[in-house]
Order: sequence, then C-alpha cells, then structure tokens
Amino acid sequence: MHTMKTIVNVGIADTKTVTAPDTIRTLGLGSCIGTVLYDERQGIAGLSHVLLPDSSQAKAGNINLMKYADTAIPQLLEMLQELGAKNIKAKIAGGAQMFQIGQGTSFMRIGDKNMEAVQGALRKSNISIVSSDVGGNLGRTIEFDPTTSILSVRKRNHDVFTI
Amino acid sequence: MDVFQLTGFQKDILKEIGNIGAGNAATSLSRLLGQKVDMTVPNVEVADFNEVIALVGGPEQPIAGIMFQVEGEITGVMAIVVDIEEAEYLVQKLTHNQAFQLSEQTNGAALEIAMSALSEIGNILTGSYLTALSDFTGLHLQPSVPHLGMDMAGAIMTMGLLEISQVTDYCIIIDTEIRQEEEEHEQIRGNFLFIPDPESFQKLFATLGWH
Repeated sequence: MHTMKTIVNVGIADTKTVTAPDTIRTLGLGSCIGTVLYDERQGIAGLSHVLLPDSSQAKAGNINLMKYADTAIPQLLEMLQELGAKNIKAKIAGGAQMFQIGQGTSFMRIGDKNMEAVQGALRKSNISIVSSDVGGNLGRTIEFDPTTSILSVRKRNHDVFTI
Repeated sequence: MDVFQLTGFQKDILKEIGNIGAGNAATSLSRLLGQKVDMTVPNVEVADFNEVIALVGGPEQPIAGIMFQVEGEITGVMAIVVDIEEAEYLVQKLTHNQAFQLSEQTNGAALEIAMSALSEIGNILTGSYLTALSDFTGLHLQPSVPHLGMDMAGAIMTMGLLEISQVTDYCIIIDTEIRQEEEEHEQIRGNFLFIPDPESFQKLFATLGWH
C-alpha cells in the first residue's frame, strides 16, 4: 500500500498536480500568486505559481504559459480535468508588496495586479474562491493537503496558520 | 547571437566586469568601515528564476535585498543581497548606534532610519560598481533609486527579476561576493548580483572589442 507522503514542490512560473495523500507546496511567494485548484471529494489538487498578470504584455514570442495568471489558470484547470477532477474550487495566497523602500517603479502594485488577474481568470472559468490570504507586505510559503483541503500559510517570524 | 550560449571567452569578459565593479565597491565599503574588505572571484552563471534564488540560499532564506534598475547604454538589474543580521550589523557599525535594528520588534522610527541607512549604503556601493564599469567600458550607466525589501529570498528576488521575466525565463548573472572579516571571524558577507538585460550583452561584448 502506498502510504508514504511526498511533498511536491512547485517553483516560480511552474504548475503541478498531486493526489492524496501527497501534498503540494510553493516557497517564498512575494508579489507572485499561488493558486490551488482542488476537487475535495476525489483528493486531487494542483498548484500554480504565477509571476505576472497578463501574457499579452510579454515581450517575447515563445512564452511560458505557466508564468502568467491569464494563461496558467486555464492550463491548471485542464490538467486537473484530465486527472478526472470535477467539482473544482480554489484557494489563493500571495500578491504582497515586497519593497519597504522605493515602491514607485513600473511594477508598483504588481501584487494587486497579479491578484486581480487570478481572480479574473477564475471567474471566467466559474471557479469559486473558498478562501484566500492575499496582499500585505510579507512573503509566504504555502502548502496544500488534498486529504483535508487545508492550505497552510507561513510568513517570516509568524506562526503557521490555515485557510 | 544566442546570449545564453556563452563561450569561455565571453564568460571571462563578464567575470572581469564583476572583478572591476565589485572590486571598486569593496574599496568603497572598506573606506566606509575603515577596515579591510575582501572579494571572491566572480561567478558567471546562466540561470532560470529558481536557480537565481537558489544562488542566494533558496526561496525561504531570510535576506535583505537592495535592488536597482541599471539605466543608460547598458540596462539590467543590480541586487545586493545580505543576511538580515549582517545588514543590521553594517548599519549599526556605520551609524555607531545600536538602536538601529532591522528586526520586526523594532519600533517604527528606528526601523525606518535603519532601512534608509541600508538603502544609502546600497546606493554608495552600487554607484561604485557602476562607475568602475562605466570607466572601463566607456558606456554611460547609472542606477535608479534603491528598492529595499527584507523577507524570504524568493519573495524579494522575484521583484528584481520582473522586468527581465517579461522577455525571458533565463538570465545571465554575474555574482561576486565581498566579505569583511575581523579576527578570522566573518562579520559581513554580501553578494553583488549584476543581471544585464539580454539585449545588453551584444553591446557589452562589442564595446570591449570582441565581435
């Protein structure tokens, strides 16, 4: 019997899926957004770590779909549906403002823009957001357990909490 | 030219840039501290975003990152990465004031002054790095205002990579470490990461006489 739990790591501009009892996590989210899509009943989940909101802003031809909110969310949805996921819900975290000094760059509010883009992409696919921990000015490490559908969030110098 | 396929010769040119820039920055820091500052041989790497973050200790490593957009004839990003405790030590050493702390327990005013001091140190060191590079290449370069963040490396470093990430998933990174030791005991270690935009390499190599 397969009882060993594996933790699947998702990097920046990356998307992966897991099935229970494995868990899935991404480390050090700043202005990026971690989006978990999951089917509670079947214990299937996927996590996307997007860096930028909008793929139409890309300055290169051959783009990495997992880097942008507008392309990564539909990709993740498709990956889950291929695994047989049906009643899919979302939990999201990230979108912080990381610079305490010198925020006035062209990337001002990038966290907010990422968050709005993820919310927009989820709305488009008719996926409801069950819970979220977004904004603020602290980085986050998140881990999702498809067995319990709990997302744990850890911030520097703070206790872990769940959403 | 595929900029991500560097020849050994091109790598050497980029290492020389790290040598000249960080060498001058180390001299500046040494003058500020009144103490000897050493530097390591620069490391030139082609890395994706996750590998850049691995270079500074991994996504959860707490760091202070002072970042600049490099503007002018060569564009890119300069990031100075220091441990938060060592950044605090640096600020206290230069201000001669132990009240300036960078930990979260510090009250607002002291933390604000400490961060502002750290940004200013970053300004001076980046200015030294780019001035040396500018003198060496004859190209006009200047840093933007500093952007300072203190948190997990993943969260901080991605901010510096946003501009480049609109163009590519890889970057060429010139990484030079400087350190100050006292009685064989490490006090401050900082990494200078210079990440030129992909379109800047052609100009850089051409200017230095290799086509």
